[in-house]
This record gives sequence, C-alpha cells and structure tokens, in this order.
Amino acid sequence: MTTVYDAGRATTPAARGGAAPFRGSLLTRQRRRAAWLFLAPMIVVLSLVAGWPLLRTIYFSFTDATLYDLEYHEFIGLLNFYYLAIDPHWWRAVWNTVFFAVVSVSIETVLGMVIALTLNAHMPGRGLLRAAMLIPWAIPTVVSAQMWGWMYHDLYGVINEIFLFLGLIDQPRAWIADPDLSMYAVIAVDVWKTTPFMTLLILAALQLLPGEVYEAARVDGINPVKVFFKVTLPLIKPALMVAIIFRTLDALRIFDLMYVLTGNSRATASMSVYARQQLVDFQDVGYGSAASTFLFLIIAAFTVIYITVGKVNFDQGSK
Amino acid sequence: MRSRKIIGRVMFYVLVAFIVIYTVFPFYWAIVSSLKAGSGLFQVEFWPANPAWDNYVGVFQGQPFGRNILNSVIVAVSVVVLSLFLAVTASYSLGRIRFRGRTTLLLVVLSVSMFPQVAVLSGMFELIRWLGLYNNLLGLILSYMIFTLPFTVWVLTTFMRELPKELEEAAIVDGASPWVVITRVFLPLMGPALVTTGLLAFIAAWNEFLFALSFTLSNEMRTVPVAIALITGTSQFELPWGNIMAASVIVTVPLLVLVMIFQRKIVSGLTAGAVKG
Repeated sequence: MTTVYDAGRATTPAARGGAAPFRGSLLTRQRRRAAWLFLAPMIVVLSLVAGWPLLRTIYFSFTDATLYDLEYHEFIGLLNFYYLAIDPHWWRAVWNTVFFAVVSVSIETVLGMVIALTLNAHMPGRGLLRAAMLIPWAIPTVVSAQMWGWMYHDLYGVINEIFLFLGLIDQPRAWIADPDLSMYAVIAVDVWKTTPFMTLLILAALQLLPGEVYEAARVDGINPVKVFFKVTLPLIKPALMVAIIFRTLDALRIFDLMYVLTGNSRATASMSVYARQQLVDFQDVGYGSAASTFLFLIIAAFTVIYITVGKVNFDQGSK
Repeated sequence: MRSRKIIGRVMFYVLVAFIVIYTVFPFYWAIVSSLKAGSGLFQVEFWPANPAWDNYVGVFQGQPFGRNILNSVIVAVSVVVLSLFLAVTASYSLGRIRFRGRTTLLLVVLSVSMFPQVAVLSGMFELIRWLGLYNNLLGLILSYMIFTLPFTVWVLTTFMRELPKELEEAAIVDGASPWVVITRVFLPLMGPALVTTGLLAFIAAWNEFLFALSFTLSNEMRTVPVAIALITGTSQFELPWGNIMAASVIVTVPLLVLVMIFQRKIVSGLTAGAVKG
C-alpha cells in the first residue's frame, strides 16, 4: 500500500497544474491494478461455488456416476441424454415447468398490473398497503407451501369451506391429491406469493411517469382505458418486460413449492424436482446431472434474452 | 354524475379491501390455526374462541426446533457478512474503475445470479463432500454464496456508481489509495445500501431450501425451512397441522418485523436488483 500511496502523493502538483498525461496514465494503471486486486476474492469464491460445480455437473452428465461413490464412474457419452429424451416422465416435467411458468407469470403480470394501478391512485394509507404487499413476498416459500397445504386440506381446509359457502363447488375437493387440480393449486400459491413482487416493480415504474401527460389527457377528456393502453403501457413496457423475464427465470427453476406441497408427484413435478429426485433419491448422479444440464441450457438461453432486454440501461450511470 | 362518482369510489375501496384480504388472509389463517388446540383445529372457525399456546410448546418438544432456528441464524448471518465483505471491494472496482473486461465480468456476475440451483447440485455435492463439509453448517454457508454474492455485488455496484465523483477525486488528490477511498470515504456513505442489501441477502439465505435439504442429514443440522417441510406426525395421514402452523408463524414473524421496519429501503433494493439489471 505504501508505494501506491507515494505514487498518488507525487502526482498531486501535476494534478493541480491541469493537463498531465503522465499522471493520468500512472493513476489509471494503479487503479486498474487495484481493481483486479479488489475483485480477486469475489472471483475466486464465485469460481469455487458456481464455475467449478457447474463444470462438474456438466461433466457428470456424460458419465454413469452414482451418489454412492462419485469417484468411480465411466464416460458414457450422450447415453444419459438419450434416456432423458425417451423418458415420458421427463417430458411431463418439462411440460409441467413450462405450463407453470407461462400460466403463473401471465396471471401475475395482469394481477400485478391491476394491483399496482390501484395502489398508484392517491388515497390514505397507501404506504400501509404497500407494506401489506410485502407479507407474502417475505414469507419463506416452504412456509407458504405448508400454509396453503393446510388451507387446501380436503376435509378440514378453509378453501373448501369458503368455496362451498360461495356456491362455487358443491362438494369438497382434494385440491392437492387430485392430479387434475394439483397443478392449479400450485399455481395459485405461486401467484399469491410472487404477485407482490411484480406489483412492486410495476408500481416503481408507474411512479416515475410524468404527471403532465395524464393532466393533459384528463383535460382532453380521453377515456382512462385508452390512456392506459396508449400512454401508460408503452411507457412502462421496458420495466415490465424485465420484470416478466425475471419472474419467468424464477418460475423455470422452481423447486421448493412443488416439493413441499405435492412431493415428487408426477402431476406437478418441475424439471428441478425431477432432476433432484434422480440425483438424490435414486442416487443416479449421471442421469440427474443430464437433466440439470438441460435445465441450465434453457435458463441460459433465457438469461441471454434477459441481458439483451435489460441492456437498455445496463451500463448507464457508470462513471 | 355525483352518484356515479360515489359508486366509483365505493367500488375502488371494495377492490382495495379485496386486495388486502387476498394478501393477508393466508397468514392470518396460519396464526388462527396455530392457536387452536386438539380437535378445535378441525373446525373452521374464523376467530379462535379459546386461544391456546400448546402448538407453540409442542413444536419445540417434538424436534430440535430451537437448534434449527439457531442454525438458520448462524448460516444466514455468516453468509450475509461474507458476501457484503467480498462485495464491497468488488463493487468499488466494478462501479468506479474503468478497466478492460469490466462489462464481461458484470455480465458473468448477473448470469450466475440466474443459475438454477439444481444445475450445480451434483458438482456442489462433490465439492462439499470433498471438503468434508457434508452435514455441516459451513457447507451451507459456502454453497449459499452462489446466490447471495452475485446479488450483493450487483446491487452495491449500482449504488457505487451513484456516489458523487468529486468525493473520490478529492480523496485521490489528497493522496488516498483505493483501499483508503473505499474504507474511509465510501464505506461511511454506504450504510443504508449495506443494510438493504444485507437484509435481502439474509432473507434469501433464511428461506433457502434445496441446498439445505440436500447437504444436511441429521435433525440437528437442519435449517428452519427444511425442519418445517419435514415435520411429520405419527402417520402420513395425521400431519400435525397445528405444530406446522405454529412453526411457520415463529419463523415468519421476525422476518415480517424486519421487513416492515425497512419497508421503504426493501422496495428500492428490490427494484435496483431486478429492474436496473
């Protein structure tokens, strides 16, 4: 540190004198060196916990490794991927994941928009409402899965009670055990838990909108619905797109909600649930890794989209 | 015209009330259920006539739940401290120094935060076994860095960029090294950002389930989410719902208190983490 300190001090007079290319280059070089030094610990840790395990997982996907003994395995090429491709349970998991992601993110977007527009209106206690929105978001997924599991209970669940009272159903349903209903039950929990996140992001975008536009629209007597589609939606579209992709990525890797609510049930198992079941329950690391790698590739493709869309203001404000 | 306005107003507040009930009811129901003892649990009753604390006592008797809470606290706090420590210096470099490869590095950090956890599961399992950290809280601390570190680096970098340039220039003119700039000039200004980022990372670590489920074995090493997911009754068809609800309320209430206190900061932190990306 001493030399760095001296170098800085020595150039001070030049800095006061104004233009001094020497100072700039020395300082810049010194700062670049410091930059890498400061980044090194983070890069080391990230390589250790992300880079290395990912490479090993991809490697395992070409082997017949088992959890019992990871060391003794043989290279079997693309065999795991072949078995994956012919396993109807795997394709069911892929379909479950995509269906879950598309349906729940769509509902969350619409619902999040409605709630955000409501909360954006001027009214007393808006802050309190925004705080209430954070409750589902802050509750651990496992806890919300258990809470809803209890509410869905076929005999003593409050959902059946309420729905019967409202006349929406004529007899109690087994929301989780019934394969025709369980996916919708899972989606409902996810919507409840993550709509607040969507709402907050949309609300943040709404609050940045210029008020004059709405003033002008009101003076001109333009229909609020038209204002929404012609003015509001285009203006918040970038933020909305990023929020949607962000939620989609989250939904594609979903694990805990299904695992706790419905276990390894085929009707709701996501790709992550399927991969973990192969890996841990069936001890088949090679095959499970192949499934994980496949999921990684899908997420990677989406991440590229996310970064491209998010790039709108990716490097903005850097000094 | 006037009556139409009133109807509109009423409709609006009905909508607001509906939103509030929808968001809050499941948690309210968990509290109500947790206060019902014995067979009272199996009657739908929207207000517990005789609130009882049996479930809250029971949850600590049936399993090492106190130990589970302690585990979660140890793991989450360690992960947050480590991530913030590594992220402060890294975010200074990424946010304030121009060097070749910076954008690439930022993209890599962002991509890591998108990793599906299951994609590193087998590799991480091998690493943790190899380091002798299986069924050990250190293994969880290490593996949790995969999601807390990219997040803290990302948000703190955003924050670093917004600090005034003049402060740093003045310090450099006075002969301060980059290390001094970080610790003496920027760190005191970063208090609020550190609290927000730390809290969000804490919540993520507190809620994590997949790694905690896969890398621990004994009841004593489990974290709270795993313990709650695995609470079992005498038979598969006799889940102790009262206990589960009590446990759920216990782990959620401190979290909610924190969230309510830092409500404003959390919203801005969430937006910085997601939208600015």
